[in-house]
Amino acid sequence: MTTITVTVNGKPYTRDVEPRTLLVHFLRENLNLTGTHIGCDTSQCGACVVHLNGVSVKSCTTLAVQCDGAEVTTIEGLADGAILHPLQEGFWEKHGLQCGYCTPGMIMAAADLLKNNPNPSDDEIRHGLEGNLCRCTGYENIVRAVRYAAEKMNTVNAD
Amino acid sequence: MIPSAFEYFAPASVAEAISLLEQYGDEAKILAGGHSLLPAMKLRLASPGVLIDINKIAELRGVVINGSINIGAMTTWHTIEHHDGLKSACGVLPEVVAQIGDIQVRNRGTLGGALAHADPAADAPAAILALDAQIRTHGPGGERTIAAGDFFTDMLTTSLEPNELITAIIVNKLGAGEGAAYAKFPHPASRYAIVGVAAYVKMNGDKVSACRVAVTGAGPMPTRQGDTEQAMLNSDGSAEAIAKAAEEAGANMDVLGDIHASEDYRRAMVKVYARRALTTAVARARR
Repeated sequence: MTTITVTVNGKPYTRDVEPRTLLVHFLRENLNLTGTHIGCDTSQCGACVVHLNGVSVKSCTTLAVQCDGAEVTTIEGLADGAILHPLQEGFWEKHGLQCGYCTPGMIMAAADLLKNNPNPSDDEIRHGLEGNLCRCTGYENIVRAVRYAAEKMNTVNAD
Repeated sequence: MIPSAFEYFAPASVAEAISLLEQYGDEAKILAGGHSLLPAMKLRLASPGVLIDINKIAELRGVVINGSINIGAMTTWHTIEHHDGLKSACGVLPEVVAQIGDIQVRNRGTLGGALAHADPAADAPAAILALDAQIRTHGPGGERTIAAGDFFTDMLTTSLEPNELITAIIVNKLGAGEGAAYAKFPHPASRYAIVGVAAYVKMNGDKVSACRVAVTGAGPMPTRQGDTEQAMLNSDGSAEAIAKAAEEAGANMDVLGDIHASEDYRRAMVKVYARRALTTAVARARR
């Protein structure tokens, strides 16, 4: 066992883990943060995307021990209390989900995309979400949801 | 899926990593970006007893451009893709890298890791061959430099010694009269190359004075295309010359078929993508 301290959604957690523990299992099973999903488990579907030191990563392909001393943000850490993050609101308003399984990863990947490109074209949104698979929506409403969030975030920033 | 158990080390220097490699020998694997190794470990295709994580070795990260381009082995795809200096000094590299996997893969994956892994369908090895890069390594005996052409020896196999670490990749800047390009037929789900061709062309006046072409995805390892290169040399680089040279692509290499594409289909695509890569490379060399 290795002792690690990881700050998740602003709160530090110190836990003993086996080196082979994947970050997604650490979040879900050690910290009970089950918003991060396991989809394909082969680094392709993006359901497990979280932010590691501000950068989106697939938590099924990252070891928890690699996150010792790091900051992790999960879907649970995105809202500001009861106020939804613009991306969460966008997925709600634009019906960006059906079953919702891919949604946490979709939103975390989109948050990284908007951080680097605050005003993406539809093509750039699609390219930016290349690592996230959705089997329900056909992606149309997901693109609309991200566009909604981008517009809202730009309006807020302009105020 | 969970990997089998291993001991974990995160050395802070190259010297420390080498001494761990010496201590644990065949039991140990180097963990770079982890986007090939960890999936393989989850599937139990790899079960190293010791993992040496080199992510904390700061000296292995970053791009330095002066006379030539020095890319630290642990430089991520993301850094290469968005590096303004690289875009102007050797634009084909960011272009190739932008086609790897997806954003999350590019945030973690590294150039050195990909070369050491030597996946037969990876993009970067083709570019590294076409650009005639040098691969700098560090081992117990000190440093050495391996030419890209001597680096890949078989499927998932390189001339890297078991206790050696890649520290940097050295690439020449592309100057006037030089052009390079990459043309890729990606697998729609994994984004690995079903066929990928990287081409480098140097024009001296109206004649092609140097040419290197490398194919990935089609065979067991990334492979230079000597016949295509010879056919291009001293030609005028016209569409006809390119078409003729591209017909030679794939002739002298093993080509593999699988459920995604048969051997015949891959052979046909090698020629098509060689023509596309050469066409763009020549156009760029003429600019």
